[in-house]
Amino acid sequence: MIRSLRIGLARGGIELKQTLTTPTDLWAYFFPALLLLGTVFFMRNAHVPGTTFSLGASTLPGVLGMGLALGGLMTVSQQLVVEREDGTLLRAKATPNGMTSYVVGKAVVVGGMTILSMLLQLIPGVFVVHGLHVSVAGWLTLAWLIPLAFLATMPIGAVIGSLFDSPRNMALAVLPIFGLVAISGIFYPITAMPGWLQGVAQAFPMYWLGLGMRSVFLPDSLASVELTHSWRHFETFGVLAIWVVLGMALAPAILRRMARRESGSAVAARRERAMATMGR
Amino acid sequence: MTLTGALDAGTELPADERVIDVRDLRMRYGTRDVLDGVSFAARRGEVLALLGPNGAGKTTTIEILEGFRMRSAGAVSVLGVDPAGAGERWRARIGVVLQSWRDHGKWRVRELLKHLGTYYAPYSTAAIRRPWPVDDLLEVVGLIEQAGQRAMRLSGGQRRRLDVAIGIVGRPELLFLDEPTVGFDPAARREFHDLVHRLTDVDETTILLTTHDLDEAEKLADRIVILAQGRIIADGSADALSRQVAGETEIRWTRGGQRFVHSAVEATPFVRQLFLQYGDDIGDLEVRRNSLEDTYMKLVLESEGGLR
Repeated sequence: MIRSLRIGLARGGIELKQTLTTPTDLWAYFFPALLLLGTVFFMRNAHVPGTTFSLGASTLPGVLGMGLALGGLMTVSQQLVVEREDGTLLRAKATPNGMTSYVVGKAVVVGGMTILSMLLQLIPGVFVVHGLHVSVAGWLTLAWLIPLAFLATMPIGAVIGSLFDSPRNMALAVLPIFGLVAISGIFYPITAMPGWLQGVAQAFPMYWLGLGMRSVFLPDSLASVELTHSWRHFETFGVLAIWVVLGMALAPAILRRMARRESGSAVAARRERAMATMGR
Repeated sequence: MTLTGALDAGTELPADERVIDVRDLRMRYGTRDVLDGVSFAARRGEVLALLGPNGAGKTTTIEILEGFRMRSAGAVSVLGVDPAGAGERWRARIGVVLQSWRDHGKWRVRELLKHLGTYYAPYSTAAIRRPWPVDDLLEVVGLIEQAGQRAMRLSGGQRRRLDVAIGIVGRPELLFLDEPTVGFDPAARREFHDLVHRLTDVDETTILLTTHDLDEAEKLADRIVILAQGRIIADGSADALSRQVAGETEIRWTRGGQRFVHSAVEATPFVRQLFLQYGDDIGDLEVRRNSLEDTYMKLVLESEGGLR
């Protein structure tokens, strides 16, 4: 077990290095960062309603929270679907203890990619907008929020990835996730949503991750524009913990079921279908 | 024509020599029997070729042996263990090379082999040192010059050799090769055949391969099992199979600058007659018994006719 963990960590490290030396991957990190920085740049002189605080500065942390959620949910599920199609998963199954190390490696590489994307947005961001500040308490919040974010979203991402057979129907999962972005108070205040949508948003990790990141980077006075006028750390921890439990309960069984179905003919059949779709 | 004697070949082997032992294997999807009472065995160090038309059940059989698929009924033992419930220790003794791998495209050849080798290290024994040292392995499969390349940049043949390298990095006692040389040019094919011979000669690796290339089966396999419509219709060496199938032998010769071809059921009396008649005028004599292809076609056609 310890050995599989170590091999998995090595695997994640190698894949992280690979993605950092692949130009198309790098573009995929830089492009959203550029887009975001452009957005907050144009919002920098607007103010959060009822305050003198920069709207751009208040949006940036929420977007970082969204990045954490998307990394765990979308990157994990997409990689799983792609690697099931190209046979990486079957290879893991054909290797002794391969599946354990595969899962560990995936967590490492997606975690690394997500934190890297976050830094690419945050570091230039603090030069574009003003007013972001991390206190000692903020660092402590980060120390539990980020691991919890990964634990709450990655298993669910793995479950989503197991349910889709081809990268081409992944849109079915992508659309609801973007719907969630829209209602979770990332770009547009959740307080302006109808009550039932607020309820829906608060059931998912996205809202809480946005809120948690705002609590880290924004002055405490800005809690006044949130729901219940507080950063609600206790509730954040609670909802994320429920998702951790849910994901950990579902993911192993669903991943195992998916892996059990992998075989050479399953990969070949999927490949043939992919070729047929591309030819059309 | 019956080949029942050959069907029981498995039971003649002592149990500890049987790397693969399949008895009365059945696989049913819904109401359709994909495998219907398949029995065969492979002994250590043997190269066994599984032949048969598409849909005959080759892939299903091999996937059951690899532990990737559950069977409906029958007894299966691979390296002394039932693949349906085999653990990681068993997995470490098996090598799998499937058709059309495209995985790990971003990985560099050496990096990938080195990484995958680490999974096998805990399963190293005094007799079999696992994994295979990467540099030796690169040399064996002829990928030294590509060691630093990414897998997605390899040519088709090179990628296939990488797949074989990954299949044998754990020094498997049993290797599954599913249509290993599809898309190879003749030189690459010959190199691959040499590699297979090396594996079986030096390391006593048992190999189960499927192929549509009957020449390849004849060159590589010690024994050939032909599967058609979910049943084994023949089991024996290429030579034994062609002997068991009544067929005509082709005789070619030249006389006075002219070429002649004749087919005869009994070649020996015909050739004797030929020399009695023309003596030294006969040149370029060639006598070719049924090729494996002829044998194979006859067996498959017979089995299809027999079931109708």
